[in-house]
Amino acid sequence: MLLGPALILSAILFSIGVVGVVIRRNAIILFMCIELMLNAVNLSFVALAQFHGLSGQVMVFFVMTVAAAEAAVGLAIILAVFRHRQSVDLQNINLLRG
Amino acid sequence: MMTQIVFYVMAASAVVCALACILQRNPVAAAMWLVGTMFSLAGIYVLLNAQFIGAIQILVYAGAIMVLFLFVIMLLNLGHNASDLRRWPAFGLAVGVSTALLTTLAGLRFYTPARLAAEVAGASASQDPARVLAGGTAAQSAMDSLGVVGAIADPLFRTYLVPFEITSVLLLTAAVGAVVIAKRRI
Repeated sequence: MLLGPALILSAILFSIGVVGVVIRRNAIILFMCIELMLNAVNLSFVALAQFHGLSGQVMVFFVMTVAAAEAAVGLAIILAVFRHRQSVDLQNINLLRG
Repeated sequence: MMTQIVFYVMAASAVVCALACILQRNPVAAAMWLVGTMFSLAGIYVLLNAQFIGAIQILVYAGAIMVLFLFVIMLLNLGHNASDLRRWPAFGLAVGVSTALLTTLAGLRFYTPARLAAEVAGASASQDPARVLAGGTAAQSAMDSLGVVGAIADPLFRTYLVPFEITSVLLLTAAVGAVVIAKRRI
């Protein structure tokens, strides 16, 4: 019964993803950290699906679909911003700053 | 016992790869470390009675999504090793946020199937379609009767048929949106 350890691993991976989002400035690495957080949540879904029936595993399907759609649109946005600014460094993307 | 050893090896590998991913300067190397995390998680999914999800994890995440990431990194020519870490206030914020998250979630390690079943049975919310078995065999028993893929296909195409169909609209929208955003000069 690996429920507790799996949930703890999920929490650790999610925290690592949050730390990555906070300390990095590269937009693509930020996206990777978001994927890491989605993976952590998937892990807790799968761990709980052992006991709750397989609805949790179906939910992992939907999370993966949303992650794929988000990655496609987000990377397209990064491409458009790169064409405009010649950089993916978030410090150079400050058009909305007052 | 063997399952536990394999789980902890996979978990350590996942955490190490994730740390290397967020600390690596080169975006290509970071992407490769993230692939390592996803492979470790796929192994853990197999241990948790989710063999099909493990296979899909490797196919979709490590195969498709990470290739998309690598493709964009190569397209933008981002292989330079300039450091993009933020200044120290961000590090303080990172330590604070992660400490708060981990201390909040640390209680999860005491979770056992019996406690989960007691909590869900005590809750007034509807329990359908989730069904809690105190023995922790819900996934295992469904797979014994329907097979590994059939056990997931049954709720996917019965209970969650409408969300599944809406997913196709989402994917179509994402594909069209990605083409439009990346093609046009903005």
